[in-house]
Amino acid sequence: MIDLNLDRLAAAARSQLRRPRLDLPLLLALVLVAMIGLVTLYSAGDKDASIVLNQGARFLMGGIALIVMSRIPPSTLRNWTPWFYAVGVVLLVLVELVGEGRGSNRWLDLKFVRFQPSELLKLATPMMVAWYLHARTLPPDWRDLFMVTVIIGIPAGLIAEQPDLGTSLLVAASGAFALFLSGLSWWRIASLLGTVAAAAPVAWHFLHEYQRNRVRMFMDPESDPLGNGWHIIQSEIAVGAGGVFGKGWHQGSQSRLEFLPEHTTDFVFSVFSEEFGLIGVLLLISLYVFIIGRSLWIAANAKDTYSRLLAGSIGMSFFVYVMVNGGMITGLLPVVGVPLPLVSYGGTSAVSLLTGFGVLMSIHAHRKLVR
Amino acid sequence: MNLRRSKLKDSAREVALFQRRAIVGFLIIVVFLGVLAARFVHLQVVRHDEFATRADQNRIKLRPIPPARGLIFDRNGTLLADNTAAFRLEVVPEQVKDVDALLENLRDVVPVTDDDVKRFKEQRKGRRGFNSLPLRFRLSEDEVAKFAVNRWRFHGVEVVPYLTRTYPRGAEFGHVVGYVSRIDEADLRDLDVTRYAGTTHIGKTGIERYYEKQLHGEPGYERVEVNADGRVLRVLDSTPPTPGRNLYLSIDVRLQEAAEAVFDGKPGAAVAIDPRNGEVLAMVSVPSFDPNLFVNGISHFDYRSLIGSPLRPLLHRALVGTYKPGSTMKPFMGIAGLEQGVRRLDDTVLSTGEFHIPGQARGYRDHRRGGHGRVGLVESLAQSVNTYFYSLALDMGIDRMSGYLAKFGFGARTGIDLGGEGVGVLPSKDWKRAMFDKPWYPGETVIAGIGQGYWVVTPVQLANATAILAARGEHHPIHLLRATQSGFNAPIEPAVVAAAEPSFIVNMAHWERVRDGLVAVVAGPTGTAARAFAGTPYTAAGKTGTAQNFSRTGNEVDTRGLSDAQRHQALFVAFAPVEQPQIALALVMEVAASGSRDAAPLARQILDSWLAPPPGTTASAAAPGMQAPPAPAATVPAEPAR
Repeated sequence: MIDLNLDRLAAAARSQLRRPRLDLPLLLALVLVAMIGLVTLYSAGDKDASIVLNQGARFLMGGIALIVMSRIPPSTLRNWTPWFYAVGVVLLVLVELVGEGRGSNRWLDLKFVRFQPSELLKLATPMMVAWYLHARTLPPDWRDLFMVTVIIGIPAGLIAEQPDLGTSLLVAASGAFALFLSGLSWWRIASLLGTVAAAAPVAWHFLHEYQRNRVRMFMDPESDPLGNGWHIIQSEIAVGAGGVFGKGWHQGSQSRLEFLPEHTTDFVFSVFSEEFGLIGVLLLISLYVFIIGRSLWIAANAKDTYSRLLAGSIGMSFFVYVMVNGGMITGLLPVVGVPLPLVSYGGTSAVSLLTGFGVLMSIHAHRKLVR
Repeated sequence: MNLRRSKLKDSAREVALFQRRAIVGFLIIVVFLGVLAARFVHLQVVRHDEFATRADQNRIKLRPIPPARGLIFDRNGTLLADNTAAFRLEVVPEQVKDVDALLENLRDVVPVTDDDVKRFKEQRKGRRGFNSLPLRFRLSEDEVAKFAVNRWRFHGVEVVPYLTRTYPRGAEFGHVVGYVSRIDEADLRDLDVTRYAGTTHIGKTGIERYYEKQLHGEPGYERVEVNADGRVLRVLDSTPPTPGRNLYLSIDVRLQEAAEAVFDGKPGAAVAIDPRNGEVLAMVSVPSFDPNLFVNGISHFDYRSLIGSPLRPLLHRALVGTYKPGSTMKPFMGIAGLEQGVRRLDDTVLSTGEFHIPGQARGYRDHRRGGHGRVGLVESLAQSVNTYFYSLALDMGIDRMSGYLAKFGFGARTGIDLGGEGVGVLPSKDWKRAMFDKPWYPGETVIAGIGQGYWVVTPVQLANATAILAARGEHHPIHLLRATQSGFNAPIEPAVVAAAEPSFIVNMAHWERVRDGLVAVVAGPTGTAARAFAGTPYTAAGKTGTAQNFSRTGNEVDTRGLSDAQRHQALFVAFAPVEQPQIALALVMEVAASGSRDAAPLARQILDSWLAPPPGTTASAAAPGMQAPPAPAATVPAEPAR
């Protein structure tokens, strides 16, 4: 035992000296995606340098957050998790009371900075689930399932109420992934999914009218080509017109002529697809798959339950972004405002994503040293 | 490995479980992303030709056509807010190589201020280039001509016709009608972006803001064909916009004009209401400002001079101005005393010149040294005898007093259709405790009886209360909007007005006694406004008021020797004709010596212009809009809510 500890200390000291605590393959993939993002934004934003600079500044902030997070040991994070979660939920309630935003309460104005507390929960929710399951005997039993549902349900419900369906979905998914990875038995997963499916008609009643319209339009976009379905049709045209090789950088007529809505944010993937074609798309998706795979690999080698579940959940949540955004712009899924990770302009998502990867880096740095 | 938890948890098993799950999860993710990739293949390879063709043909764009804003008229159809054709300078940033150089060159031809450039640059941010953006509004004819000659030098710059808001009557309706101005950041926050597509201006104050929804209308759309550069080739079809509704206010410009004129530029406010239906006939706040200045962005200089003026022209005195009501509160007190049984009809009081709370040394004075002798309610109103109301207030108590006066709308918003109305202060024990955390003193009740102390009213509140009094306690909610119209050929539809509340006065004999007192004010031998109202062809009922700006405790100080700001405020409330009141009026002069000498003559002139216009001044003679409302308002019933 003592030998092992000494070894561990020595190894940590050596690795600390030799290189930063970052997983280089993961970092490289992230940087690549971010660069693709900037290049696409320059075109989508009509060669407006300020958009690229702003986004670059966010990446810088995100990068700093990543490095800072990578320096915080997972055990410290775990100790702080309940507080972090509680503060996030309190802020959500606060935003419900005093928040501002166009037609929806998402923003909290702290005088010096405006931010969306819901971004905090994207990380805090899986942390809390991992924190809870860490102390339990796995696989989770019914009681654990219930507790985790409550932990996820509170923030997800509050965010859906704002209304921000996209973020609510991401928060719920990130928590659910932790539960999945903890080894929840398949038939419990099945009954959980069954309950959710049964609750869907009830949820329909609580959706806002514009959210219902989005679902309706998804069912039949051609029915209202100049109204709600317009975005989906124009996006499909952009993607399809890109072909295998794409029209070339800044040659996409769909975005340049403003047929595409929100072409720097939610629909930036359409611009990318039009200009870089299937080859570009497959490259980008491969990068995303690599990032997810690498995250899961880091998770598998993590030291304890908390780190494992958290790292795995962060990696798998990344998938939700890609799937929901990609599904939206190709007409596979309804329009839900989820950004394409590290490519879409603006918001705080770039910063919160990179913060999450900082946690991954920290978990990586504190991985099991005995294989 | 880790001793701490291994006793409870089987780590190795957990790790294995996790790894299995991670692999399954990863496989599921790969399958899903595979489906996504397949979808891309489907769109980009299988259906590529189809979409490539559609993208090529995709030259049809939707372009919003902003609706024409509804016009605003007075009750007779006199135009108060108009849309006039004007020209603005628009720039398509995409077609300009060097915007800064262009702006610099442009200045030689058309004056462009730094403010214009700043706004233009703000609008440019984050937008794609093919939208043209306005650079300058309201070009003069000279500027349009000059630009036309130099046009070849400025590719991507165009002169575009548009409709701009003008206020033909200028400052007269600066406060009531308000103005529109460019949509700014704050407006955008709670604005329906699709409804405002193509719209540059929005109502900011007054009627323009309150009825923004009705005035705005619905935008139309046209489908236009654009070339590969995004320039419009032709219009394919269009859905015309629905113009905003035209509004007819209950205001009569003639009365408004007359009411404004009597102030002669001195600060004050007047509000006239038709007590039979709550229609506001005139609403004046002096001094005012020219709303036209704000429409296309007020210049720094103009704004500074408005803000810097000690007379505060931007303050809507009639709506938010706060004044002590002074003796104009006495008729309401009189009714309160009789109705609540604190005084009988023929009770009298001995005025000795000074009133004392039993057991207290401090004296509360009457206007006349030595007092008015033994007087009843009528004489107390006519001569404005303080002692009657001192003792009445003391007997009634502050909470009963404020409870009853609340029925006249004091201490609450009148609900007039203008935003930001003031509330005033209806003093009570609870109010004082909440406000100052101090108990109420009997002396404060005494002075509250004559409208002094903590009392604060707005002119519109005072006019509203007077209208309720004139209507024998019936309350017709006051409003400015009389009728609306969906287009020029459409019928004029009366506005929906809140239902009237029945009278709260139980014994009309009480009301009649107060009315007799108010008639005695203007027609009796001792009336404080008798001189001002000598020889009117109608009988009015009125009450003077003088409120001290500063100390009430001083002796009979003649403040006329002091500087303006130190003098009194003069008030007058009135309704007429007394047999069948058609107008209720409240008037406040901020800088004046006394209600009877200064306010009453002005009030009389305003009443004259409504009930007995001097021959030759207005062709349509007496009582416009009463028995037979003139042309455009003709379909509106005179009393919509009885």
